[in-house]
Amino acid sequence: MSSGFHIVVCGSLVPDPLQTLEPVQGPAGPALKNEMVLPAVLDPWAGHSLYEAANLAKNTEGSKVWLVSLGPKAKLQQLMMTIAQKVGFELVVLDGPAGGFTDSAEVAGALAGAIEKIDGLDKSKLLLFGGCSSASRDAGATMQMIGEHLGITDQFLGVDELTVQADGSLKILERIEGGQYQISSCKGAPAVLAWATGSLPEPPNNPQVGMANMRTIMPALQKAQPAKVGAEGVSFEKVEVPVQQRQTKIVRDIPVEEIAEEIVAWLKG
Amino acid sequence: MNTANAATSEKNTLSLSTLPGDDVRQIMWRFAERFELQMAVQSARSVARGVVARLVAEGARNTHDWTEEKAQVLRAFDESGLTNVFMEPEDGGFITGPKNLALALVAFELAWVDAGAATTSMAGNLALAPLHERGTPEQVRTYMQRCAAPQPGEDRKPWHGAFVLTEPLPYVGVDTGVLSGKMRVASWKEGKEPILQVEKRGRFITNIGFANFVTVAVDSDDERIKGSCMVILEDTDEGNFDAGSMTLKLVHQLSSTGDPIFNLKVPASRIIGGYTIKDGVIFPNYSHSEIIESVFRRTRVTAAIMSSAKLLSAIEPIIRYQRGRFRGGAGSTPGTPRYDLGIQQKEDALHRLADIWATGEASASLGFAAARFFDEFDSLEKEKEKIFEEQGLKGRAQLKTLRAAQEEALEFMELDVQPGKKRDAKRHEELKAKPLVQFVIGDSMANVLCPAAKLWNTGFGTTMMREAVSLMGGYGITEDCPGFIGQKWMDAQLEATYEGPEAVQRRQLSVTMTNEVFLAQLRQWIKDMRVVAGQRPGTGACTLAKAMELWDWTLQHLMKAKDADGKALYHGQRHGVTFPMADALCWLLSTRCQILDLIELEEKGPDNPVLAENLAGTVQFFTDLCHVQAARAAGEVGRICAELVFGYNSHPSWESEPKVGCNVKAGPCVCMDEMRPFVELRSKLDGCLTGSRLAKDRAAAALSQVMIPEALDYPA
Repeated sequence: MSSGFHIVVCGSLVPDPLQTLEPVQGPAGPALKNEMVLPAVLDPWAGHSLYEAANLAKNTEGSKVWLVSLGPKAKLQQLMMTIAQKVGFELVVLDGPAGGFTDSAEVAGALAGAIEKIDGLDKSKLLLFGGCSSASRDAGATMQMIGEHLGITDQFLGVDELTVQADGSLKILERIEGGQYQISSCKGAPAVLAWATGSLPEPPNNPQVGMANMRTIMPALQKAQPAKVGAEGVSFEKVEVPVQQRQTKIVRDIPVEEIAEEIVAWLKG
Repeated sequence: MNTANAATSEKNTLSLSTLPGDDVRQIMWRFAERFELQMAVQSARSVARGVVARLVAEGARNTHDWTEEKAQVLRAFDESGLTNVFMEPEDGGFITGPKNLALALVAFELAWVDAGAATTSMAGNLALAPLHERGTPEQVRTYMQRCAAPQPGEDRKPWHGAFVLTEPLPYVGVDTGVLSGKMRVASWKEGKEPILQVEKRGRFITNIGFANFVTVAVDSDDERIKGSCMVILEDTDEGNFDAGSMTLKLVHQLSSTGDPIFNLKVPASRIIGGYTIKDGVIFPNYSHSEIIESVFRRTRVTAAIMSSAKLLSAIEPIIRYQRGRFRGGAGSTPGTPRYDLGIQQKEDALHRLADIWATGEASASLGFAAARFFDEFDSLEKEKEKIFEEQGLKGRAQLKTLRAAQEEALEFMELDVQPGKKRDAKRHEELKAKPLVQFVIGDSMANVLCPAAKLWNTGFGTTMMREAVSLMGGYGITEDCPGFIGQKWMDAQLEATYEGPEAVQRRQLSVTMTNEVFLAQLRQWIKDMRVVAGQRPGTGACTLAKAMELWDWTLQHLMKAKDADGKALYHGQRHGVTFPMADALCWLLSTRCQILDLIELEEKGPDNPVLAENLAGTVQFFTDLCHVQAARAAGEVGRICAELVFGYNSHPSWESEPKVGCNVKAGPCVCMDEMRPFVELRSKLDGCLTGSRLAKDRAAAALSQVMIPEALDYPA
């Protein structure tokens, strides 16, 4: 394919899951304790989609990658110090909350609006990438709604593999229920691909790549538009950290099969 | 939603909420505006907490040899861009200008997990450092580009280097002034470049297991070569390039260390910095000691930072261990203090941890201050070199010129602290514009900061690492100790030796700290700290100012005083006097840097929206740590000074008549009126300790409340 793809990746930060994430009641509704000072990482699903996008762009001449992020811009700046080192992209920033207590529909609306405004974006070449469960508390709804806003109806919502065929069509390996895969094909762009895992490892940080990206990232951060997303009309009955359970039994020399049987029995209750 | 959480959050605003993150450190260590450094930090962190941590956890340190497994670290350095941090942009690097802070930050991140890996990175740069400082443009370009990591799409294996100075002289050849490495003219054809025969045996050489080239210090063994120099040897040169036997180190096993043997023929163009031929004699442009001096005054700071990283990295694993100590045991149920706080119910554990943290902060502050200082000083040094070259000044002529500049430097410093309206503005500007005057001031600082950071960070840092190990119980001395703290303790001992052991640093300090230009600077710091104390009494700045005053008084006294036998006290060979004073100075310098970093955080923190919410609590905690450290420093300085001031007088004997005013007790009593100023100073210093233990209590309480991550910052 000579004309290439315009790949827009929707991806933002999440509090580092290795931290203690303790919900508290903030002035504007539920929040995480010490949220602003908690280290942030790129949402792992969005990470997969970004690395896949970068790889696809590298191997498809004439392609370009944008990363559209919705999050507090001060925190995004720190995150970009890492992300910018991994792959090349142009950043589009929306300044708003990203603590997990936002509504998928509002997030999708804001992201779609930002994508519409990207200069030079050719929608006929658009592949909309993102994480399959990002910004939706695992409901898997956000990417679908962005696609709808942008009028893209070819949607694949649990992608593990994308192959561009010789004729430019896309072959997609998608997760479906019961641990099964569905293989789909579509004529090509535009399409929505919400990634589950992908197959590419996380590229190592390289400050040289980062410095090249920072030339466009800093201006993008400076002109980030505020995005009013939240969860208006939604009331959280209860927000709590899952209770940890630890029931340890120490038994020596037990056969593997027996351990497996015991775990299965425990899972079945 | 649990509303109790909101109330707790409110109550905790003046305490430390979470462990300090990058935003805090970037402000304190002054790289918040430097994205290239932030990226280098992220890059180093990903290598350290990924490849390096896995290697350590899998037991790669259990062999002395350089293995294929360990070589993964080199590849990780290349892939992550760390190799190129040292390079100039035209050679493949990405940082413009001096790189002392950048290299210190990289070393800090790597040493957070394993200092052996940090040393491997540092030693590669050390091999190139002689070229960077004194190499000819051709030498610099050639070797920098060979060592730069390949760019995307480039198929090239990068070179690695080793720095070969120490030799198997008796007692491992720590005296860098004595060389047994020799260089002779092997052949010299008419009109052609001379070919040199270089023989050198190295001892304890880092990176030697995989080095493609080495930069070695050698002395002339031929009347056709004058003096000493440094030479570049490559593994494909004609002759013997043998990595020798590996050193059986008990520490830093992720670095390669051995005793190489070289006997090679190389062209004279490999002499670092080039040479000139006069009357058939080769004169190297730089002696080996000239090169080493400019290399070590920078790289020692990087080594010092490694020990700081260890102390600060120990905090989180210790808190985790202490809090979870009793969990799972009978009577320890969730919600009880025993379950939630574990050993942190007890004051001792918390106080000791506060001491470790305070030392780590002071040591990092000193190390990074030194690194930043050298970044600023680089241009002054280059300017000085240029002036000397233009004026054709060498050896004694240089010293004479600098001595003249010293007078003007003192004059400038005096004018500089005067209020603008009172001072002679014209003269002030005139002196400010003189590069040699500014160089002399900077040089006096460089000559103190570098050895002080190296000596105190690694020396006292190692002592405090033992304390960290002790706080981990039996876990501390196991291979599975979270955070590898036991290994870090042992490693720290080697850092105290790299690039000159502690005696070398003390020796240098004992000479440089008496420089009048430095002392003028110190006296200004005393005034500055008093101003700080007025604005921020909780920092311990008052204590520090008084301790500095006591040290200064003691130094002046020792330089004039004689002992009971009539011998001069402050003398180059009298290490019993000069070395403790050097130690005492280090305490003062590190605490001052710590307080300055705190002020920076307090002033610049509000500009960072990420920090705004918890800044007050973070500042309060760091203020308390400063006070804790200032009190400790004052105690050490007071003890050392008192020992030196009184200790060299003979004690009154039973036969002596008691002096008037002394109480007669079981034995004769010392009463020295001439020491009254010292006694008064020390007594005031003791009074300055007011509030320091309350600060420690507050810091300890914060430690018991601070939120820590669910998992360690790198796998055990």
